[in-house]
Amino acid sequence: MALDGSLERLRREGHIVVVGASLAGLRAAETLRTEGFTGALTLIGDEPYGPYDRPPLSKQVLLGRVPPDHTDLPRHCAIDARWRLGVAASGLDLAAKRVALADGTSVEYDRLLIATGVRSRPWPNELEACLDGVFVLRTRDDAARLDHRLKAGPSRVLVIGAGFTGSEIASVCRERDLPVTVAERGATPLVGALGSVIGEVAARLQHQHGVDLRCGVMVTGLEGDSAGRLRRAHFSDGGTVEAEVAVVALGATRNTEWLAGSGLAAGPRGIACDAGCRAFDIRGIVADDVFVAGDVARSPHPLFGYQFLSLEHWGNAVAQAEVAAHNMISPGERRRPHLWTPYFWSAQFGVNIKSVGVPNMADHILISQGSLDEPRFTAAYGYQGRVIAAVSFDQAKWLEFYQRQIEQAAPFPLPFTTVDRRPEGMRPVPAGFPDPSVPTHGPEVTVSGHSPTDQRVTFTPA
Amino acid sequence: MTSVALLGQILDHANRADPYPLYAELRGTPVVRDESGPYLVSTYWEIRSLLHDPRVSSDVRNLAPEARTVPSTDDPELPPSFIRIDPPDHDRVRRLIMRTYGPPHTPRRVYDLRGEIGGIVSALIDGFQGRDRIDLVEDFSYPFPVTVICRLLGVPQEDEQRFHGWADTVATAIEPPVGTPEEQQAHWRAVREARRQLATYLSGLIDQRRRAPRDDMISALTMDRGADESPMSLPEMLSNLTLLLIAGHETTVNLITNGMLTLLRHPDALKQLREDPDLIFPLVEELLRFEPPVQLLPERTTLDDIEIAGTTIPKGASLWLVPASGNRDPQRFPEPDRFIPDRPDNQHFGFGSGIHNCIGSPLARLEAQTALTELVRRLDNPRLVEDPPPYRRNAVLRGPQHLSIAYDGLRR
Repeated sequence: MALDGSLERLRREGHIVVVGASLAGLRAAETLRTEGFTGALTLIGDEPYGPYDRPPLSKQVLLGRVPPDHTDLPRHCAIDARWRLGVAASGLDLAAKRVALADGTSVEYDRLLIATGVRSRPWPNELEACLDGVFVLRTRDDAARLDHRLKAGPSRVLVIGAGFTGSEIASVCRERDLPVTVAERGATPLVGALGSVIGEVAARLQHQHGVDLRCGVMVTGLEGDSAGRLRRAHFSDGGTVEAEVAVVALGATRNTEWLAGSGLAAGPRGIACDAGCRAFDIRGIVADDVFVAGDVARSPHPLFGYQFLSLEHWGNAVAQAEVAAHNMISPGERRRPHLWTPYFWSAQFGVNIKSVGVPNMADHILISQGSLDEPRFTAAYGYQGRVIAAVSFDQAKWLEFYQRQIEQAAPFPLPFTTVDRRPEGMRPVPAGFPDPSVPTHGPEVTVSGHSPTDQRVTFTPA
Repeated sequence: MTSVALLGQILDHANRADPYPLYAELRGTPVVRDESGPYLVSTYWEIRSLLHDPRVSSDVRNLAPEARTVPSTDDPELPPSFIRIDPPDHDRVRRLIMRTYGPPHTPRRVYDLRGEIGGIVSALIDGFQGRDRIDLVEDFSYPFPVTVICRLLGVPQEDEQRFHGWADTVATAIEPPVGTPEEQQAHWRAVREARRQLATYLSGLIDQRRRAPRDDMISALTMDRGADESPMSLPEMLSNLTLLLIAGHETTVNLITNGMLTLLRHPDALKQLREDPDLIFPLVEELLRFEPPVQLLPERTTLDDIEIAGTTIPKGASLWLVPASGNRDPQRFPEPDRFIPDRPDNQHFGFGSGIHNCIGSPLARLEAQTALTELVRRLDNPRLVEDPPPYRRNAVLRGPQHLSIAYDGLRR
């Protein structure tokens, strides 16, 4: 069949272009090579650096233990690629199969993988965002700048937003013995991702470590001095705090603007793709030669009723990149679905937090092992009588079991005896997620319905 | 309910040299009740799932005495070590030990031993000078990890003669006894006695280190109080130090001996390693899969009915997991019976998995990597004198009693 012949040609001498030179882009490129793709490979990245690892940026790097430029991702194999680094993709012409670049050049492809990821949501007031001392944390350069400023010993650091990144930054500040205020519009830290039952534990950790935690408030303004340096922040409750540094940790924005007008189903929620990582166009039809992976993807998940999920998870970027790359060079019957169960971790205030599944879909939670007081525990989340997620504080080794329960749609509450079950683990309680219609910066997993074409989202800052 | 009579054969010393065909037979029924009572689990995914299952207890006190496969030799004055208890106590003890041994509190403990480990290896191999044949076990595999564990814990090497026998005897209590009832009784008395002697010895050492601390784990354990923890009691410390000392004696010796045996049986792999010393990293992982030092995990207990692989294991059953069989499961590892030094995707059970995952694995890896690289580099034309070699009694901690190796000379 002609189609098979063309796939063979693609594998042998085609040109695959990967837009996005971070974790997903690199792992996809490596998978293409290990699965026998011998054609030309181009990787395009807007940062001037080769692929590096981001989780350490808010941990070891910010603690000053690892220099920002020592975070290169390990290479699994030689990928023999042409690198176009430091130049962003600026447009896509599906009909001509061509990616336009910000420097005015363009690159033609036979197959395209989009892995442009996300960027930090900036402080919405541009003038205030430009004040000296206002930071975000997403890139290696962000980490270097912030680390440099923390080294100078600011009188106080304000962290705006107590999601995972914000909480990790607060933890680092305390470890560096810097006074820190955390402002969170929700009832507790991590409330969007883990609910208020677990959020209360996170709040206690922050208090115990000397964080000045302000929940239920929004930062209404950042004020500078005459030299343009940040001086203080104003809160919605009328309060103020003097701070020389503010880190805006209000979640991420998907890098999809460059696809505006391209005809792909791309927007603020990400780029919709099918379970095989093929991008949808705005008509809801898959574009055969365009694939998507990593944080920028929005793909339907069978475990969650085939709703579209967007995941900002390290492991998802790897797994989805591998599936996308495999599918790019495989015939239909050999293609695989991306069935990854959401999984992520965080390290803050000396605690290792891991979660599996989609906690923020849950209605109830049960502390199935250990105790919230210690706080070392594993908790299961339930949604309409089945297990939908689990989270552990310093008990990560049990999560594999809970992952299986999620994958098997096991009943909730779990009907059996386990080791280390405490009295508090006998009864499920409401998980305490905020009203889903109120946008938060925290979840890092977003369930966004069944439609591949994008929904509008609006965001109100903390 | 199907049942087999394989546990007896696995434990039978006659099958020690090659238990793998028995494991293959076991895998015919992934979860099966042995006629001797316990449930045997032999396939990769089932073992993996039970190692992470919070309905499985490692505390034999949750097992009815009549359901036990290995009769108790516990000393009422010594609590079980942390591999034989459950959370939360297990977690507390493991944390307290880890504080003195690994990251985040003591990240350099093993790393800083690198130089010393290299020195011990070189000195032992230098000792082969002027000979054309060694017993690898006596001359190398045993003294090497023992020297290292003594150094790490802070046990004077000169006392080794005293506790060598005790350690060996205590290690036998891991599996069911053999012989006549009288012989079994005598055996258990010997185990209890050895355990008590070892505890008395360690208790004296703890006392010394408490008064004059040094840079070792016993000193750290006696001095360090976890911030918000209740510290280990003296009996807890004795049980757990006994465990660490024995683990340091009885496992790495087999990893290294099995390693040389396997390399000498696979001359291509040996040649490859000599040409490319970096091959040692995946090679040791493959070794841990192919010939794991801990073959079986005896006597775990179900706290509830567990449905797995089409079988319901009832609450209160004795479980024997067979990681050495899971490591050869063709459903998980392609060509499982082939030794492939650079095998990719090699998530073996060489160190177990789950909360009881081997605490000593970073040390064991470093020891095996250093030892095998140097042995292969320095022995000129090494060959097996006897294949298979004679094996030690223990089926759980399986390895050769002696491994006679002839060679033409010694490189610098």
